[in-house]
Amino acid sequence: MATPAWALASEAQAALPEANKPWWFWPVVLLFFCFILGIIAVLAGVGGGVLYVPLVSGFFPFHLDFVRGAGLLVALAGALAAGPGLLRRNLANLRLALPVALIASVCAIAGAFLGLALPTNVVQICLGATIVFIAILLAASKNVERPQVKAQDAVGRALGMNGVYYEESTREVVEWKTHRTLPGLILFILIGIMAGMFGLGAGWANVPVLNLLMGAPLKVAVGTSKFLLSITDTSAAWVYLNKGCVIPLMAIPSIVGLMLGSFVGVRILAVAKPKVIRYLVIGVLLFSGIKALLKGLGIG
Amino acid sequence: MVTRDSAKASPEQLLYADLLFYGCWASILIMMVTYVIYVAGLMGPHIPLNQLPHLWHLPVGEFMEKSGAPHGWGWVPLLGKGDYLNFLGIALLGAMTIIGFITLIPAYVRQKDTAFLVIVFVEVAALLLAASGIFGAGAH
Repeated sequence: MATPAWALASEAQAALPEANKPWWFWPVVLLFFCFILGIIAVLAGVGGGVLYVPLVSGFFPFHLDFVRGAGLLVALAGALAAGPGLLRRNLANLRLALPVALIASVCAIAGAFLGLALPTNVVQICLGATIVFIAILLAASKNVERPQVKAQDAVGRALGMNGVYYEESTREVVEWKTHRTLPGLILFILIGIMAGMFGLGAGWANVPVLNLLMGAPLKVAVGTSKFLLSITDTSAAWVYLNKGCVIPLMAIPSIVGLMLGSFVGVRILAVAKPKVIRYLVIGVLLFSGIKALLKGLGIG
Repeated sequence: MVTRDSAKASPEQLLYADLLFYGCWASILIMMVTYVIYVAGLMGPHIPLNQLPHLWHLPVGEFMEKSGAPHGWGWVPLLGKGDYLNFLGIALLGAMTIIGFITLIPAYVRQKDTAFLVIVFVEVAALLLAASGIFGAGAH
């Protein structure tokens, strides 16, 4: 086993200057990098995966296959850690999440296979285009705190997609129900495929669909979206794991760094100016999206 | 009349929340411990540490061929190796949602909620299929 690997290693050593670094160099850099990323992600209100995949694939020596595998684990760990608090406070709702999750997770499995079957440069181009689109979406979308849903549609009613939560800031008990449920569920086909294909958590897409299209209050949309990621990303993460796309030496510092960063980020959130951070993240996403596009086109 | 009590999460949702809480933190803890064992060299790895920087830039198929890394559940027999020991925590992280969904079944049976029972069964089946590696072992 070691002999062909070492023969290749010797060849690669001459070609790749970063391969001359000791084995611990990149995991240590990754741990600190992901710690900072975790802080920024919380302040900007985005999941870690959406920043992790384009930035780590753009600036670290790992192949995109392993970055996507680790990206899914990062998004999964973050979603699983946030899930209990959201479920207990009824901000993540099983009645809303389960039907959506079924569609998104089955499509995420298909997306994962698609992403691993396509040539790397094609995935890189699609990833770049998606990241640029996410940046534009973040800049342009205006979420609605409590959308007006006059009447629930038949699909939403049949699935019991309604609920109640307690709004602590105003001390109100808020009732909600969905409308335009079928178009919403159809959009989750696309969201699931993209989550699996690129190894991204898809919170950036879940929230507008749940909030703006289906009419869930913003807090329920954000909470359910985060919980949803724990289901969608599980299905795709298993595909990447089974395909051998997880290298523990780089995946675990990524997960731990991002989670530690998220804890610090939550504390900083109280004193930070999230709007400035948000524009910073939009800028970083645009930059990394264009970099991924150029890399895929063989220019960068 | 909507009261604050009605805003409380359902018992099955609370059970799911508790399970995720303990499962998630257990898997993170396991990952941290096994990672220290791995990088401290307390258990020899399957792929030598100093070879990884020369291999991780390769596409996964080539990486596996050159390193002798297993695919699918081939990591289980290698749990005695420092690198693959880390898969314990990762697999537990991946199993939490499946276990969580299974805990919902008794509640939906009691409530005779056929639609959600079907959703839960199909979701568990889909996740188990993804986890089993039955679909397309190997890599491009």
